[in-house]
Amino acid sequence: MKILVCIKQVPDMESRFRANGDKTWYDEADLAFRMNEYDEYAVEQAVQLKEQLGGEPEITVLSIGPERTVEAIKKALAMGGDRAVHIQDDRYYQKDPWQIASIIASYAKGQGFDLIFTGMQSQDRGSAQVGVTVAELLGISCATTLVGFSYDGGTVTVKRELEGGIKGVAKLKLPALVTCQLGLNTPRYPTLPNIMKAKKKEIATFPVAELSQEAELTATAAIYPPAKKGGGIVLEGELGNQVDRLMGILKEKIAVLR
Amino acid sequence: MKALLIGEYRQGKLLDTTYELLAFADRLGAESALLLVGNQSQLPKYDGRLYLADAAKYGEYNPDLHKKLVLQAVERENPDCIVFVHSSYGWDLAPRVAAALKVGQVSEIVALNEGAFEVNVCNAKLRRTVTPARGLAPSGACPLLVLTIQAGAFTLAGEPQGTPQVEPLELSQADSGIEFVGYEAAEQKGVDLTRAEVIVSAGRGVGKKDNVPVIAALASALGGELGASRPVVDAGWIDHSHQVGTTGQTVSPKLYVACGISGAIQHLAGMKKADFIVAINKDKDAPIGEIADVLVVADVMQFVPAFTAKCAR
Ligand SMILES: Cc1cc2nc3c(=O)[nH]c(=O)nc-3n(C[C@H](O)[C@H](O)[C@H](O)COP(=O)(O)OP(=O)(O)OC[C@H]3O[C@@H](n4cnc5c(N)ncnc54)[C@H](O)[C@@H]3O)c2cc1C
Repeated sequence: MKILVCIKQVPDMESRFRANGDKTWYDEADLAFRMNEYDEYAVEQAVQLKEQLGGEPEITVLSIGPERTVEAIKKALAMGGDRAVHIQDDRYYQKDPWQIASIIASYAKGQGFDLIFTGMQSQDRGSAQVGVTVAELLGISCATTLVGFSYDGGTVTVKRELEGGIKGVAKLKLPALVTCQLGLNTPRYPTLPNIMKAKKKEIATFPVAELSQEAELTATAAIYPPAKKGGGIVLEGELGNQVDRLMGILKEKIAVLR
Repeated sequence: MKALLIGEYRQGKLLDTTYELLAFADRLGAESALLLVGNQSQLPKYDGRLYLADAAKYGEYNPDLHKKLVLQAVERENPDCIVFVHSSYGWDLAPRVAAALKVGQVSEIVALNEGAFEVNVCNAKLRRTVTPARGLAPSGACPLLVLTIQAGAFTLAGEPQGTPQVEPLELSQADSGIEFVGYEAAEQKGVDLTRAEVIVSAGRGVGKKDNVPVIAALASALGGELGASRPVVDAGWIDHSHQVGTTGQTVSPKLYVACGISGAIQHLAGMKKADFIVAINKDKDAPIGEIADVLVVADVMQFVPAFTAKCAR
């Protein structure tokens, strides 16, 4: 069995964000990058499946991005990926989901991946389009928002999370692509020996120009901080003072506390 | 401008979010037609054309077949945009339709901005306006686009009204790589947060399971219940029955205290109707600050024990 896991490197969401020079994306200066949280569930599920099948499947990790992306790739290899493909693209952020999906599909086409795992969305762009679009371009079955995954004899059974805590159960025949949601599993921390082993694993690099050259279908007109509604009171400063001021506000405003 | 709106139907019922599509079409100033894979006995109140396919025949979740049904309606309607709610149904189906037609998609629109669509990025710390790619529409007309709208962002002014003019949709071939098995009900509720007057919720910012009792202590000092954000539940720090949000409970207490919660849309969806919202967060820019009545910029593990002690006195 051949497995592909698509991952993205994104900034820590607790950072401060501001627009870049040409207002097409955020300024990357001073940001700390890590693996997209949803993709960690994708990597973990692939590795668990490999373990279930006695180590037989080969797991390829794929990521598109600039040089720094290698850090996220190395983490996925240390979690249990076998080999990796880094599609080098410094202008990845100017590509729309259609272009990103086309690049992935043009890499994957003809390679006979039985299962493809992706996160359900990225934490930065959040379009939730790339995984599904890859499946459509490859003409394979797809299910999104997985909180449950099991594999048995060529069939995948998935649990999709719907609104209000309800889940939908479906079966897919391979080849298939699934997109992973929070809570699907508990991603492992790479151990030191596994980090060392990962250093020896192959990371093939491709300049993006060698893959799909689809034109964009949507474009960013501008990126900017949202208008602050303000209104609310912000309590900063010394702890004791913050405690007293919050107590005062609540006593005044809220009947339940009187 | 002509919009094809894709309604939603689940477990035999029309979903109310379907009316948000009508509200969006109004805002666009678009003429609309509606499509539903549903049932005759649950028709939306709508004055217009309704393409209706039978859910008993095509399944409530079968994106392969639903995609084909949408494409058939697109052929008959020739719309400028195809609109879904950004829900578990919409985000699953919309990219399939967009890919089949090879047209652009804009996901989770929160507002319209002079012909461009506004969406959030980076957990709502930035906004982005998206347009069809330049060069696609020399005539100035909007090329066909697939759109998904954020649940709750567009609401109808009045009560929905009307009786649709039904046009049945059928597929000649109904084979698919996906087999829908069924639904699994929500877990039996352990706590009913919907009636609580005070809820104090723990988010990922509380740091670890051992810190949860500190938040629980504030909840009891205020005579309220303990709530939680999703990652806290996923990590097993607090039971799922305490989760607030899209996939948890929708609450409306008099006082909601969010401890170490960033304010992702899926969390806000469950608590923004609270009368008074206090957020404790070390990040002054956290999106929760936008809806909080009071934002305390502090470390939760320092602030909460001190505040609890004050309440106890
Ligand atoms: C389909 C779908 C459904 C979802 N359903 C839900 C749902 O029902 N409910 C839900 O909650 N989420 C849901 N989510 C997840 C949601 O998108 C967010 O990931 C989640 O709400 C984030 O939880 P959080 O705010 O606790 O964590 P984070 O976003 O990680 O935020 C942690 C916050 O804590 C602050 N912080 C960190 N350390 C400290 C400290 N020491 N002191 C003070 N502050 C600190 C940080 O500044 C940050 O703002 C869903 C997501 C998807 C895609």
